[in-house]
Amino acid sequence: MPLFLDAEQEMLADTVRPFIAETAPVAHLRALRDADDPAGFSRKVWRAFAGMGFTGVLVDEAHGGLGLGQVEAGIVLEEIGRNLTPSPFLGTAVGAVEALRHADEAMQGSWLPRIVSGEVVAALALDESARHRPERVALKAERHGNGFRLSGAKQFVAFGHEADLLVVSARTSGGAADEDGVTLFALPRTQAGVTVSAERLADVSMAARVELDGVELDGSAVIGEVDGGRAVLNRVLSCVRAGAASELQGVAEGASAMTLDYLKQRKQFGRVIGSYQALQHRAAHLYSELEVARAATLKAQQSLDAGSDTADRDASVAKAMAGMASGLAVREAVQMHGGIGMTDEYDVGFFMKRQRVLAEMFGDTDYHADLLARMEGY
Amino acid sequence: MADDLEQFRRDTRAWLEANCPPEMREPVRSEKDICWGGRKWTFQSEAQRRWLEIMAERGWTVPDWPREYGGGGLSPAEAKVLRQEMASLGCRKPLESFGISMLGPALLKYGTEEQKQEHLPKIARGEIRWCQGYSEPNAGSDLASLATRAEDKGDHFLVNGQKVWTSYADQADWIFCLVRTDPAAKQGGISFLLFDMETPGVSTKPILLISGNSPFCETFFDDVVVPKDQVLGAVNDGWSVAKYLLGHEREMISGMGGRSLGPSLPELALRRAGRDEHGRLDDPVLRARIALFEVRSHAFAAMSERFLDRLKAGSVHPAQASMMKYLGTELNKDRHELLMAAGGSEALEWDSEASHGGAAARAWLRTKANSIEGGTSEIQLNIVAKRILELPEA
Ligand SMILES: Cc1cc2nc3c(=O)[nH]c(=O)nc-3n(C[C@H](O)[C@H](O)[C@H](O)COP(=O)(O)OP(=O)(O)OC[C@H]3O[C@@H](n4cnc5c(N)ncnc54)[C@H](O)[C@@H]3O)c2cc1C
Repeated sequence: MPLFLDAEQEMLADTVRPFIAETAPVAHLRALRDADDPAGFSRKVWRAFAGMGFTGVLVDEAHGGLGLGQVEAGIVLEEIGRNLTPSPFLGTAVGAVEALRHADEAMQGSWLPRIVSGEVVAALALDESARHRPERVALKAERHGNGFRLSGAKQFVAFGHEADLLVVSARTSGGAADEDGVTLFALPRTQAGVTVSAERLADVSMAARVELDGVELDGSAVIGEVDGGRAVLNRVLSCVRAGAASELQGVAEGASAMTLDYLKQRKQFGRVIGSYQALQHRAAHLYSELEVARAATLKAQQSLDAGSDTADRDASVAKAMAGMASGLAVREAVQMHGGIGMTDEYDVGFFMKRQRVLAEMFGDTDYHADLLARMEGY
Repeated sequence: MADDLEQFRRDTRAWLEANCPPEMREPVRSEKDICWGGRKWTFQSEAQRRWLEIMAERGWTVPDWPREYGGGGLSPAEAKVLRQEMASLGCRKPLESFGISMLGPALLKYGTEEQKQEHLPKIARGEIRWCQGYSEPNAGSDLASLATRAEDKGDHFLVNGQKVWTSYADQADWIFCLVRTDPAAKQGGISFLLFDMETPGVSTKPILLISGNSPFCETFFDDVVVPKDQVLGAVNDGWSVAKYLLGHEREMISGMGGRSLGPSLPELALRRAGRDEHGRLDDPVLRARIALFEVRSHAFAAMSERFLDRLKAGSVHPAQASMMKYLGTELNKDRHELLMAAGGSEALEWDSEASHGGAAARAWLRTKANSIEGGTSEIQLNIVAKRILELPEA
């Protein structure tokens, strides 16, 4: 498979790009921020995404979705990133949908059509500490009657306060760091014993802390196998990591497009600043880094769609590389704008803040470099 | 379509397994393990000779060239499969040469039928080794200011002047050479000549490099007679040919970003530093540096794949070759800095047998030229800034 978008994928991109730019541009984020919107995203925009089929991009046709792959989800995420659209897309349409693929038909039938229709928002509740360490699962799920009783806490759950469905990793046996003994649960947020408290993040989005105090679930809430959730968890993580890399790519492309425009228009010392070689070389270096990140991300998504052996590795490479390249993009963007880049009135700062949040989400560059080293045996 | 390609993959793999001599599946350890061919070449082993011979017979030294010129006639997708299978089996390239990576593509595009028939099959079979006469003492990055003169003498040109940094000029059989045919025009006064290095009046003088090797030369031309049918492209249109060729040269050099002699970086580091109680490289800061480098290295491999795929599909911006050259060479320099760090004091040995004659240190020093040869990194960044980003001239 060649490492570029095929004709149908290009067509999808041509549909998504103007749609998101019109429906939810950066001004939309600013308006939510100015209104101190408690949800942190717009249900109206979410339903508009559903109307276009985006929310069901990964859902199979039998459940009303488009039945497409990670590459196509990445196309949507890149535009979400470019427009800084506050959206639960990554957690819902990629994370939860990917998890539910491994659930039984009853569970799929109850959630997937409602995700496709835009009625339901979902979130991944995986992190238990400030640094992403999903391989450690301490939140307990003890056998109780026909089902389980869950106790423990999760954090950095994007839009968890608004989510109807939480996908939770829990420990059903063994110690916190064990490979086996992890089970994934589909937990309705309104279940008794669930406490959700949301905090606004630097980028205007909302993330929740979720506390579970003896939450009772029956066996039908288990996604996949009891004690055998690790493989599903890894697959879900690889998909959202590649997805986050696409969103970062969009953020970076958005910031660098603004910067290039500015370089061609701002004059100092009687000439446009973009004619100074010092800035030209930095802009060319940045362009090169972004191209590399784009290639790495598309590679990961193709590998995930093909079920290739290297998919997890490729996803880590993509997330790590996208983190580096997009970080450079937003830092250069602010610097090359000079003073105006530091003002709240100008948009470029929003890109810097969004990049920071996405770079952290599902593991930063350091985390993935370390994971890559472990996968490659050193 | 996909089924045919899978069949081709199986057949190719089976053929490689049956025909590639085991010695040619050992990792390349030093420069000598790479076969450059030519009249002066001495094969390092019988296996090296045989590998070249059987691959050339199939046209697989130049898999995507047309069959009539000694190529394999493979489609881009098939050529990619061959590359992948050779890489996965660890097969060495049977032949490396400037003829393959630089002149060949220019001949295919600009050559007359006679020129193609004359030169391409000899390149494909490794019979004639070419060198590149572009740079001069006063024409480096500003190549178009070159001064080597070619006077029109009716049926031939008379060439006088000097080239410098001519890689392997002393081992090459023929040269492709930029000369000035019109002193009044800059780019528009340059022609592209092909001639035998044994022509009377051609002489070379090796230059010693910091790596202690001397793979390149000063090259002098003193009343060298070159017949007129040995101009590639039109007279005074050599700059177009030169630039087209440079694009291919940059691709070739950028390819070095994904390749290295000897064991991989993590392997080497593990050999030297060992493992800690968790099985990780017992040198945490070096491990972190290597891991971050490997992220870039894998990402660059994806970039190379994407670049080639888009090149074959005709959808790549031509100045992306400059980006690839920049990225690949800077990455390769970083790789060798880390290889030196991982090798510790043993990587410093210059002559010893254990060090394969100072292979690590010499390779480290050699890579410093990657971001100079074929146009410096600064020049590549200039090209990306102007041609892709469309930033204005000063
Ligand atoms: C190992 C090796 C092999 C080579 N093989 C060959 C060969 O086979 N055939 C051949 O013809 N040539 C060959 N070369 C020559 C090579 O192409 C030149 O060295 C190169 O083009 C740079 O020219 P220069 O050395 O004159 O440096 P200069 O052009 O003098 O550059 C000096 C420094 O100034 C910078 N600089 C120059 N102009 C600008 C600008 N406009 N903006 C910003 N910075 C600038 C450069 O980037 C560099 O850092 C080889 C070189 C090496 C090192």
